[in-house]
Amino acid sequence: MSTLHTVNKSPFERDSLSACIRLASKGHAILLIEDGVFGAMAGTDHSDMVSGAMKDATIYVLGPDLAARGMSEDRVIDGIQVVDYSGFVELTAKHETCQSWL
Amino acid sequence: MAIKKFMFVNRKAPYGTVYALESLEVVLIGAAFEQDVSLAFVGDGVYQICKGQSTDGIGMKNFSPTYKALGDYEVTKLYVEKESLEARGLTLDDLMPLVWEDEDDDYAEKPSIRLVSSEELATVFDEQDVVLSF
Repeated sequence: MSTLHTVNKSPFERDSLSACIRLASKGHAILLIEDGVFGAMAGTDHSDMVSGAMKDATIYVLGPDLAARGMSEDRVIDGIQVVDYSGFVELTAKHETCQSWL
Repeated sequence: MAIKKFMFVNRKAPYGTVYALESLEVVLIGAAFEQDVSLAFVGDGVYQICKGQSTDGIGMKNFSPTYKALGDYEVTKLYVEKESLEARGLTLDDLMPLVWEDEDDDYAEKPSIRLVSSEELATVFDEQDVVLSF
């Protein structure tokens, strides 16, 4: 069964992202939204952990939340896919369950 | 009324929570009462003053231009913790170019942002009469 995980907290403020990565199963998808988008940026103290997680999970980030925070899509970690709201809906429809890491 | 030194400590990213906006509003109130107001940006707080914020896609007000008005309210000391920027892969170039006009120096534009180490920021905290956390 495939799950879509959403993470809406900054990895610098909470351990939501690291907990999600630790507990998600192989083949799951992780979507970073709201303050969670900071976890998608390259060159941070958490980038290596997130890059490492892409061996097992597909990681997405919500474009409008990046733009709101002035985070450039060019500086998102290679391999993370930027999606818009319709992409969010498609991901929700594509996976059997959704788990929110608050 | 005696002038006190007020420090507003900003530690949250904008938009995900309301802290950043609330802090900004209280800062403007403090400035209106002609107090000696400073701001510190620590941890995720540094994201508040990143350039290029565009909130059209999330249906929220982009309040980042307000930081540019702080100089006009004589809020001219914005301390940014260097270690917090570095942990986030950011540099001074990623922040808005915030300036104030020095009326004693022919209205020369001077930078408001002061990049400081944790150690230096601790000294600045020590000099304050009131520290407010957001």
